[in-house]
Amino acid sequence: MSPREIFALRDYLDPHLKGRSLSDARQVVQLTEFAGETCLEGRLAGLSGRSVLLAVADQLVSALAMLEIDGVARRMLLCPPDLAAEHISTLVEDAEIDAVVTDRPAQWAASGIDLVVSAQTPMRAASRSRTERATEWLMLTSGTSGVPKIVGHTLEGLSGAIVADGPARGASPVWATFYDIRRYGGLQIFLRAIIGGGSMVLSEPAEPVADYVARLREKSVTHISGTPSHWRKLLMSGSASDFSPRYVRLSGEIADQAVLDGLSRAFPAASIGHAYASTEAGVGFAVNDGLEGFPADMIGVTRDGVEMKVEDGSLRIRSKRTAHAYVGRQAAALTDAQGFVDTGDMVEQRGDRYHFVGRRGGIINIGGLKAHPEEIEAVINRHAEVRMSRARSRRSPITGAIVVADVILADGDGADRSDVIRDEILAECRASLASHKVPAVIRFVASLDVTAAGKLARHDA
Amino acid sequence: MSVRLRIISAIQQIAVEQQVDLPPLGDDLSLHETGFDSLGFAILVARLEDDLGIDPFTISEDASFPLTIGDFIRAYENVPA
Repeated sequence: MSPREIFALRDYLDPHLKGRSLSDARQVVQLTEFAGETCLEGRLAGLSGRSVLLAVADQLVSALAMLEIDGVARRMLLCPPDLAAEHISTLVEDAEIDAVVTDRPAQWAASGIDLVVSAQTPMRAASRSRTERATEWLMLTSGTSGVPKIVGHTLEGLSGAIVADGPARGASPVWATFYDIRRYGGLQIFLRAIIGGGSMVLSEPAEPVADYVARLREKSVTHISGTPSHWRKLLMSGSASDFSPRYVRLSGEIADQAVLDGLSRAFPAASIGHAYASTEAGVGFAVNDGLEGFPADMIGVTRDGVEMKVEDGSLRIRSKRTAHAYVGRQAAALTDAQGFVDTGDMVEQRGDRYHFVGRRGGIINIGGLKAHPEEIEAVINRHAEVRMSRARSRRSPITGAIVVADVILADGDGADRSDVIRDEILAECRASLASHKVPAVIRFVASLDVTAAGKLARHDA
Repeated sequence: MSVRLRIISAIQQIAVEQQVDLPPLGDDLSLHETGFDSLGFAILVARLEDDLGIDPFTISEDASFPLTIGDFIRAYENVPA
């Protein structure tokens, strides 16, 4: 392949496309001008062919560094902001890191890494750099314990779904996401904004939802994505009014009918889609018909280069959008012999649709009978006064474990009606679920933990 | 409400939920004759732990599971709350 056939992110910064910006709560960067600027003190050439650890706390600076480094470095490992310091030396070794790009260079001075390049704003003028190679993009899995796995992607694979979907409808899309862009779900949105000629509004850690929504309104955000947990939090905050995106996307967790319906009520003018994607399997598909699950006829056929099958109850995906490998000395195989990634997401066919029922590892065993917390939550969430719930395992001297549920009510406390609501939830669960899946105890809580990756925390899973 | 009454009330509540026809709950009634399956007892023990703050069957490693309603109630009454 000649270098001219390789596209890097910088090649999507069309100097003729005016008015594109990237912003967070503190600053706005004009993307049109950034093609002639650097946030790396003009030291990009030194990163040529290197394996770069992108350890930038600030999301906006991190985005700018990605735009510069892609197409120059051999590989680029994206560190999410909550990466535990104790894992860094293992990751550096496994990814053969020989340069670090950071907004805290002092912290890396004694790291033993050959080259430390400082990333910061404001930018300075620089000559436009040339795309030299297809940089390997390394991302980390968002598991809760142990050293995260390093997953290898290419820009071509990462942007496969974006190219297949074609340009966003309507003039100049302004994208936003609740995710951090160093995670797969967030990176997809960043790439959509850059590749699709749009702008992007970044989230800020610990920013109150109402403040974020105010920024989304101010910047006229048209397309926005997040996990169902992110969206439930937004719906609960009561700050959704006056915000009217054209496209609302959910991914990263099971989108149940309740959250889809809640979003259609909150954003009547928006198209609402839920996408299936994971760091390893890439973007599988998006469903835009407003219903939970996905049509059964998507299994067994190849659409847009994505082939899906169900084996032993879990969804398996083969496509050019999946990661190409786990990276590291003891890295396991990422795909089976036929090239399918086992997503570990369990599905069940009901009529002409498949429904996601939960994670393989998250099963609760009630005296030998199995239950997925997610299928129970989906039923609880159907109650009109429930905003969010978490089903979990509780040890039992009789059956080993039983199912219990923590529930957040939509109106905050609802304490005066809690007994009635509990009975109604239990009645609905008994009507829809096998008896061992019906929660033995329902507790009303004010909040539920959500992980840094935007997913409901499942400590016991 | 006494521990005994709370236990009886919890059993009756679960019987309604599980659609179990309870016989009269005398002390000599065997737990088997209540019509509860192991899930029913698991729910009962969990709810009583929340209500009374104790689970006598987990606290003691060698606790044998009671055979009658009377044994079951005594297991709760004999644990210092």
